[in-house]
Amino acid sequence: MSFVITITVNGDEKRISEGQTIADYIIGLGFDPTKVAVERNREIAPKSTFNTQVLSAGDTLEIVHFIGGGNNA
Amino acid sequence: MSLLDFSDEQLERYSRHLVLKEIGGAGQLALLKSKVLVIGAGGLGSPLLMYLAAAGVGTIGIIDDDRVDISNLQRQIIHTTDRIGAAKVDSAEISLSAINPDVRVVKYSDRLTADNAAQIIATYDLVADGCDNFATRLLVSDTCVALGITLVSAALGPFEAHLATFKPHKGDELPCYRCYMPELPGDDQNRTCADTGIIGAVAGVAGSMQALEVVKEITGAGDSLAGKFLIFDALSMRSRLIKLPKDPACPSCGKSVGHV
Repeated sequence: MSFVITITVNGDEKRISEGQTIADYIIGLGFDPTKVAVERNREIAPKSTFNTQVLSAGDTLEIVHFIGGGNNA
Repeated sequence: MSLLDFSDEQLERYSRHLVLKEIGGAGQLALLKSKVLVIGAGGLGSPLLMYLAAAGVGTIGIIDDDRVDISNLQRQIIHTTDRIGAAKVDSAEISLSAINPDVRVVKYSDRLTADNAAQIIATYDLVADGCDNFATRLLVSDTCVALGITLVSAALGPFEAHLATFKPHKGDELPCYRCYMPELPGDDQNRTCADTGIIGAVAGVAGSMQALEVVKEITGAGDSLAGKFLIFDALSMRSRLIKLPKDPACPSCGKSVGHV
């Protein structure tokens, strides 16, 4: 039996199944982990920990797309 | 060099710095002695270069291999209509010299590559990156980490800006750019304003904030952005300052990397 927890993602409350890592969750949403940074509770999660950080009830996530422009072209 | 070495003109020119206790004579001297390399004389580089020159940064290096195009002028305010077709480094030098003749401008009309990066960057105290692609951002960061040079990095989206300072050589807990983005983000890497568009003032806000952080790093004023990450959203006019920790597994500055 799996439990459901509530987290906040980009400002919206989401109910998700317990036990998911950051990688599980964002891949499930359709994101390519090489193209985004994930901010968990106002701190950027190091990419090397995406597979080990398990989401907890009450977490606040922001999914941040990398931008690389200097608007030179 | 001391305050007594300021010319009368310099005492007038920098008077609004000299009265600040956070800058003062010592801060102004540090600015005049500093050498800053700016990567890209475009949307970010325009306000960045102009404020650094106005502040009296003694030596400003500019790397850009592009020429001024009429479509640049909507936001690249260092360039002018009568300089369309000129090399951006030449156009930028004309503007900087007109703002402040104290500044020595060093021009590199090349792209930064793995072959020339270390040689160019090693002659500067600080690098400000406003380039237009992720591959160059990683090259600049890796080179700065290897040489122990502080990097103030900014990036633009159509309505957003990211700003961070990287100086892992100043503390074991401080990150580099690869702690944030370890590898190239696939096919997004070639998106530029040519296909995404931008409001010029967004580049102005971001480049000005980047110049501010460069001046703070040189003078020691206020809190460094190192270990933090600023996200500015122009449409909502909100900004957020979040923590950016070092990634212990970082391939560039992590514990397992042996630097020379």
